[in-house]
Amino acid sequence: MSEISKIVDRIKSGATTARAEIEAAIKRAETDDTNAILEIIHDRALQRADAVDSGKITGRLAGVPFLAKDNFLTLDSKTTAAAKILENFKAPLQATAIERLESEGAICIGKTNLDAFAHGGSTENSAFGVTKNAIDGERVAGGSSGGSAVAVARGIVPFALGSDTGGSIRQPASFNGVVGYKPTYGMISRYGVVAMASSTDVVGPIAASVADVELLCEIMAGPDGRDGTVFPDYFETNNNGQGAKKIGLVREFMDEGVDESVRERVNDFVKKLRDDGHTVTEVDLPMAKYALPIYYIVTPAEISSNLARYDGIRYGLRDSKAKTLAEVYGMSRNQGFVDENKRRIMIGSYVLSAGFFDAYYLQAEKARTLLINEFNDLFRKYDFLVTPVAPTPAFKIGENIDDPLKMYMADVMTVPASMAGLPALSLPAGTDENGLPIGVQIIGQMKDDAQLLSFAKKYEEQK
Amino acid sequence: MSARNPVKVDQTTVKHLAMLSDIHLSDQKLAKLTADLEGIIKHIEQLSELDTTGVEPTFQVTELKNVWREDVVEEQLPREELLTLAPNRTETAVKVPKVL
Repeated sequence: MSEISKIVDRIKSGATTARAEIEAAIKRAETDDTNAILEIIHDRALQRADAVDSGKITGRLAGVPFLAKDNFLTLDSKTTAAAKILENFKAPLQATAIERLESEGAICIGKTNLDAFAHGGSTENSAFGVTKNAIDGERVAGGSSGGSAVAVARGIVPFALGSDTGGSIRQPASFNGVVGYKPTYGMISRYGVVAMASSTDVVGPIAASVADVELLCEIMAGPDGRDGTVFPDYFETNNNGQGAKKIGLVREFMDEGVDESVRERVNDFVKKLRDDGHTVTEVDLPMAKYALPIYYIVTPAEISSNLARYDGIRYGLRDSKAKTLAEVYGMSRNQGFVDENKRRIMIGSYVLSAGFFDAYYLQAEKARTLLINEFNDLFRKYDFLVTPVAPTPAFKIGENIDDPLKMYMADVMTVPASMAGLPALSLPAGTDENGLPIGVQIIGQMKDDAQLLSFAKKYEEQK
Repeated sequence: MSARNPVKVDQTTVKHLAMLSDIHLSDQKLAKLTADLEGIIKHIEQLSELDTTGVEPTFQVTELKNVWREDVVEEQLPREELLTLAPNRTETAVKVPKVL
């Protein structure tokens, strides 16, 4: 059931006002005990709520509160990317995605926590403290869009924005039992979003229902002239998800290395699909085992380039002890980045250095072609692919923090779709024996977002 | 692709990478990151076993080329608004330490 339409209807019918809705959401945000939210936007949000109540602002999202991951530039707030180097950065403009939502009357009430610069899978890499899981406070929120997923799971807002480079929307959605959507690469403009790895970065919604995801995609999709990777507008919702589908269950992600409860929930989901008349076949994606090394070559290379702009000169932190220009760069960056940022920037420098470029970076981009070819072969025979979202439910806070490689393993099932630019949905599929949420991932063909969402609507859990 | 010698990532390598990356690391951090980077590089090294002879690399997935927009003058952010973001400034410029 659409949470968004409930709110819109309440306001429209006069049962409540936008101001009351926004005040209530801000109150929920202020009393949150998970550290999901870094900043609340009071004045602008309430002004916009009054404008909805007076009829000056209208639209399909009129009066609906939302939160944005703190790597989206927003007005009247800071945009920190959860890193010290941007701790006091106040953006002079807004991200296109935010503008699109506002143009339909949505109201941004604040910014959510993330792994600094979206580097991580647990939100433990935030310079401003860990976000706790919505269900179990001793466990991680997942990440990097951990704050957004927890805020939706806790009912603070009906939806929140996230960004996904290798799983950063899907994995936290899975860990907190909400719907998370990574659209086709190039569906939504990334203008005004802090860039991480430009060849796989996408923005997308985390919401309580697939219907809400569909509506939000329709509103945010399409070119704005400021992001040259966006396709000419192709997103129109459709009902092509109806009828019997051919579905591939990726064998590589259902082996014994995967938590038993995760496999059980995915198998339950597969049974439901078969009961509904869909065919589900086990399929192979042999390149899956190389997806993680491909990802951890290509994205650090792009990160090292994108994060070169944080130099303490035009904005952001400048180390006051720096005496020379070289010290301004080096000391500001040392102070302003968390360890994971430094690791990725330095790995990027390594794989791009003269003498290593062909062996690492070029080899990875060639391997990426082989991975994409395997996906293309599968999509000639199947409409969708199904996998778990992550090998385990949410892990304990601190459990993986000293072992970067172990942390990277949490991305193993989400990075393949990212490297290929494919749309992928994280859908709640029940819990383990301790009540920890588990998600299934449905991957579609490039630009087949509308059919994927139309199909998935039938399979969301009734709450 | 030919097999390479196993990677050796020592503090000299990591110091060089930190220099290339413009990050002034403390000695303590250098030691910690050396261990981390060695593990990560060993992991990504797996790709060398893959035969990619004759395979074209994929740098981007949209296949879009030359996306143009109209060449029209748009309103830009005022200089003063951008200068207020700078950690140090004069009236009309961003200020940095002496370069030469």
